[in-house]
Amino acid sequence: MTLTPEIKLELLRKMLRARLFEEKIVAVYGEQEMKTPVHLYIGQEAVAAGVSQHLKPEDYVFSTHRNHGHYLSKGTDLKPIVAELYGRATGCAKGKGGSMHFVDTDKNCMGTSAIVGGSIPLGAGAALAIKLKKEARLAVTYFGDGASDEGVLQETLNFSALKKLPVLFVCENNFYATNSHQRARHAQGVISKRAPAFGIPCELADGNDVEAVYAAAEKAVAHIRSGNGPYFLEFPTYRWKGHVGPDCDYEKGCRPKEEFLEWAKKCPVDAYVKKLSAAKLLSGGRLAEIKDAINSEITEAWNFAKASPLPTPEDLCSDVYK
Amino acid sequence: MPWTKVLIDKQDFEAAEKNGLRNISYRGALLEAQRQLLKSSPEVYLIGEGIDDPGGVFGSTVGLAREFGPERVMDMPIAENGLTGIAAGSAMCGLRPVMIHMRMDFLPMCLDQIVNHAAKWRYMTGGKVGVPLVIRSIIGRGWGSAAQHSQALHGLFTHFAGLQVAVPATPYDAKGLLIAASRSGNPVMFCEHRWLYDFNGYVPEEMYEVPFGKAVVRKEGRDVTVVAVSLMVYEAVKAARELEKEGISIEVIDPRTIKPLDMETILASVKKTGRLVIADAGNIMTGISAEIAAQAAEHGFASLKAPVLRVGLPDVPTPASYALEKVFYPGVAGIKQAVKKLLGAGDGK
Repeated sequence: MTLTPEIKLELLRKMLRARLFEEKIVAVYGEQEMKTPVHLYIGQEAVAAGVSQHLKPEDYVFSTHRNHGHYLSKGTDLKPIVAELYGRATGCAKGKGGSMHFVDTDKNCMGTSAIVGGSIPLGAGAALAIKLKKEARLAVTYFGDGASDEGVLQETLNFSALKKLPVLFVCENNFYATNSHQRARHAQGVISKRAPAFGIPCELADGNDVEAVYAAAEKAVAHIRSGNGPYFLEFPTYRWKGHVGPDCDYEKGCRPKEEFLEWAKKCPVDAYVKKLSAAKLLSGGRLAEIKDAINSEITEAWNFAKASPLPTPEDLCSDVYK
Repeated sequence: MPWTKVLIDKQDFEAAEKNGLRNISYRGALLEAQRQLLKSSPEVYLIGEGIDDPGGVFGSTVGLAREFGPERVMDMPIAENGLTGIAAGSAMCGLRPVMIHMRMDFLPMCLDQIVNHAAKWRYMTGGKVGVPLVIRSIIGRGWGSAAQHSQALHGLFTHFAGLQVAVPATPYDAKGLLIAASRSGNPVMFCEHRWLYDFNGYVPEEMYEVPFGKAVVRKEGRDVTVVAVSLMVYEAVKAARELEKEGISIEVIDPRTIKPLDMETILASVKKTGRLVIADAGNIMTGISAEIAAQAAEHGFASLKAPVLRVGLPDVPTPASYALEKVFYPGVAGIKQAVKKLLGAGDGK
């Protein structure tokens, strides 16, 4: 598939939607009305945008505590997720999940785990269901470099390869598990190199370059849809904010400031704006138009959430069992 | 009622046969339930280590792999946590897996996926995504099985909201609870006991469900209520027969599922007898017996004429030597002793 101007603009729109959504969270978080720990995706938006561009509505997505970008890029409606952030009864999980547990079954976003590595086998399980039911769809499971430390990744890779499951493993390597650098955790730094040991093809591509992500994901998704089994993608990228919360953690000494500044220069959104501007795709106020549309969607979602009712005490005990 | 009967000895079996009742073993009941589930529901599949081998999980899956093929009766790698997650993920997306562990001792390897994921997913997603996953596991005992091949962890799983825990003691309940578990839409810990596998009992041929949270009175009595779990149901009924000869009448209640737990039936019995013994196949320390005792104290204190006593495993790992196993496992004698103690009778000590 060639990258048409429409697709390029859509990639930019996806990244901007995730970025502006989370910038809004950063702006209001200090009000302390959003009482849920947020793990922000700012800086990593190219990965979800580039991968999601190849997903069909029926494809399953499993994710982690840092899930906002993944679900936004799959096309989730903002209203229920903002309501979820505010703990409202109208939230995507009725106020029972919070920021770490977005869900949108209409978009086949089946839920997210805040236990590192926990959703990796769930994604493969979705793929097993697809295979046993002989359906034409696939499952994506997103995780970070921290999750690659967990044994469950290796267990899942083996089984997925063994059964040729239609599952796409997307490892976003932002180099930090909370504040522990990959150097302190891994003897061998390229996580995707493990996949071929299980018989799974892999690719490593620049996670800050949305077109590089798009190209790698295109190949991976085509491989899976042709019935060839799993694929493993690794995207080095960088999280701008702390592990949790709206602040930059270099101020607390968690990471070198210079390192952050280097990565900030490689902002995936700015870089792509520049690229599309140079290609004259954003002339005539196009960029402002895209941003305005997103901002009004955000305003509407925030208004909806804040006007929504809180759950009642009776809601505490429902949804535990069928 | 034939389905409440606990058949203990040869005489019981012969009497049941004479009445023309269909008697099969506990393992046969499990096998039949799974065969019928596989036949009637395309969403059901079985997965477990070596479930397709000639032994077929102590005979409880024997022949199913040949009948239904490797996609419905699936062998798996020795990767318990990952595969529990995979089974759970498939359950979230429309399948109804039954995962099988030869030993309950392998479940601690899967705790992350059971406790943090399967149990909580429905709640965390506001009811949108359920996990209809049944996990069968078998409590071992004896022949020097020792500390890692004989644990009874059913009580542990009652701690976690979102899980249900079944502890069938009879072939009838083994079949009916397994079918109900698979259809329930919830993650269910299905806890079997190896020593129950050879017990026979009445089992109807057709598919049927035993409801969760409904205890059954295995034997009516007047002096002491004995709540017995899993294998201890048999020990309690045996104890009841022996005590009867001494003029002591005990009521034996089998909760059948310990989550949900039918306290109503237990409390009604305690109201009648005023005395309660809980006999569990698991540990006494923070086991299900502790929960039943606490709830009896909270809700039935006025009925109690004596302290609640518990019979179960001591707070030590399972030993290997048969000399030590004999001391470790309580049985008829332990139940009789507890009952007599409550009645202030003879050798209650």
